[in-house]
Amino acid sequence: MIPRDTQKTDPAQTQQPVRDKEPVEVSDSPAEEQQDVSTRSQDGVTAAGHNVVLTDLHAYYGSVHAVRGVNITFPPNEVSAIIGPSGCGKSTMVRCINRMHEEIPGARAEGSVTLDDVDLYGDNVDVTSVRRLVGMVFQKPNPFPTMSIFENVAAGLRLTGTKGVNMRERVHRALRAVGLWEEVKNRLNEPGIGLSGGQQQRLCIARTVAVEPEVILMDEPCSALDPVATLKVEELIDELKERYTIVIVTHNMQQAARVSDTTVFMLDGELIEHAPTDQLFTRPKDERTERYVTGKFG
Amino acid sequence: MTVLPEVSPRRRRTDKIMRGTLAAGTVLALIPLVLVIYYLIKKGIGAWSGDFFTTDPNGNFLGYPGGIKSAILGTIEIVAFATLISVPLGIGVALYLTEYGKQSKFANLVRYFVDVMTGVPSIVFGLFVYIVLVLGHVGGSGFAGWKGGIALALLMLPIVIRSSEVVLLLVPASLREAALALGAPRWRVITRIVLPTSLTGLVTGVLLSIARGAGETAPLLFTAFGAQVATANLGNQMNALPLQIFSDITSPRNEVVTRAWGAALTLVLMILILNVVARAVARRSRMA
Repeated sequence: MIPRDTQKTDPAQTQQPVRDKEPVEVSDSPAEEQQDVSTRSQDGVTAAGHNVVLTDLHAYYGSVHAVRGVNITFPPNEVSAIIGPSGCGKSTMVRCINRMHEEIPGARAEGSVTLDDVDLYGDNVDVTSVRRLVGMVFQKPNPFPTMSIFENVAAGLRLTGTKGVNMRERVHRALRAVGLWEEVKNRLNEPGIGLSGGQQQRLCIARTVAVEPEVILMDEPCSALDPVATLKVEELIDELKERYTIVIVTHNMQQAARVSDTTVFMLDGELIEHAPTDQLFTRPKDERTERYVTGKFG
Repeated sequence: MTVLPEVSPRRRRTDKIMRGTLAAGTVLALIPLVLVIYYLIKKGIGAWSGDFFTTDPNGNFLGYPGGIKSAILGTIEIVAFATLISVPLGIGVALYLTEYGKQSKFANLVRYFVDVMTGVPSIVFGLFVYIVLVLGHVGGSGFAGWKGGIALALLMLPIVIRSSEVVLLLVPASLREAALALGAPRWRVITRIVLPTSLTGLVTGVLLSIARGAGETAPLLFTAFGAQVATANLGNQMNALPLQIFSDITSPRNEVVTRAWGAALTLVLMILILNVVARAVARRSRMA
């Protein structure tokens, strides 16, 4: 499995030889990083997306070894789904990509995570800029209760102190991108928590998109939603992959099959199989994968 | 056909008795509260007049004994000064405990000391300030309004810390996570998300501490000491409503005792007004 990952890594990296120098400077100073963010997100629209590579990643909660040496590449402009039984470390692994894992007391990660060859765990890397580049959508919709719909979408920009952008335009664009614009355009100043669950989750996705990240992580984004809202979010994911690298953790194998291009199966903190989605579900190589996707355990 | 068993007479009886007991307990608890308000109004309202609020106590042995202007102003100044110290400090400590210290040893030690401080009798704070600030003539004089303010601030501090911590812990972790995941630095998560979300609760805690501080006599006895003349200078000796009540209620003169009741009613009303205003402000800023 691991050799296949590395094969995948190679073409993606060789596609972007010009960029190789640029990211190296990222960690040098915050000012340059700011510049880098803007040039990169312009790239993100026109050129290819961004590549996330995990190398020998281990994650711990105190003495609990939750992720055990995962090697994986998430290619640009694709949706990668992570499946596996509860407690297999899929959420933990994803939270290592935007360094949210370390927010939990006693938690730590080892190994490397790179975004277009920039080490996200490098010594000089500011964790806030990592999270700006790697957005995250959570399981339960979590709009800020004190803020209006508009403010919620603008929150990412305001919270990161982004200057010199047209706030209105960004917010409107983000709301259109998640298909919420028509539903909320006449009540932008009403509280965000007044929306339905599905709308709230799309609002949260809009909030993430408004910051213009390069990668979007989704941690079971539909598990608190009804089927209709789930369908809308899934359609949205399909649209978003044209601009972002998307990693989605899901408990729902049908959902993985519907939305993802490649699927990763994890078990007990280890990566068992990583393959194109249709292949993983129809012709899994590993016996454990087969048993899981056919519902024999988990 | 389905047959549902009837509720047994014994259960009905027990239910009635328990309901009755609980209702009686509630009424019993309300009695002192109602009586306090009743006597305050009955005895205090007679003292109220235009002069009552606009004149200082004059110390005359005969005739009108003067009003409580100096006491009202003194209470406002001293409590405002105490609030200015205890609220930023208290919310700061609470933020440290919830956002940074969490369950660390140092944070738990702080919590322990705060709990101990909550239990310290208010006169001890007065004595402490008396020994440290008054006897040493710190700031050029012995007794001074600001020293009373410090004693009150010490008293209010643990109340602010404890109530703020509880309220800050109520802010869902998912909101902090959401903000952090957007790339927000921690201080912005605190100022833009945590504090606004918990604003109403913080205000309630602060009001509680102000109400507590405004009613305290003991910390002011040998710090602000009391005075007859109104002053805006926190460096002078200063009157306060509890001090006025304390000295008036033991007077043999009926007019002076009535002034104590009037002052007590005024104090309760001031705290009530503060409550209403602060809640309205908090509600409005939440809407906006």
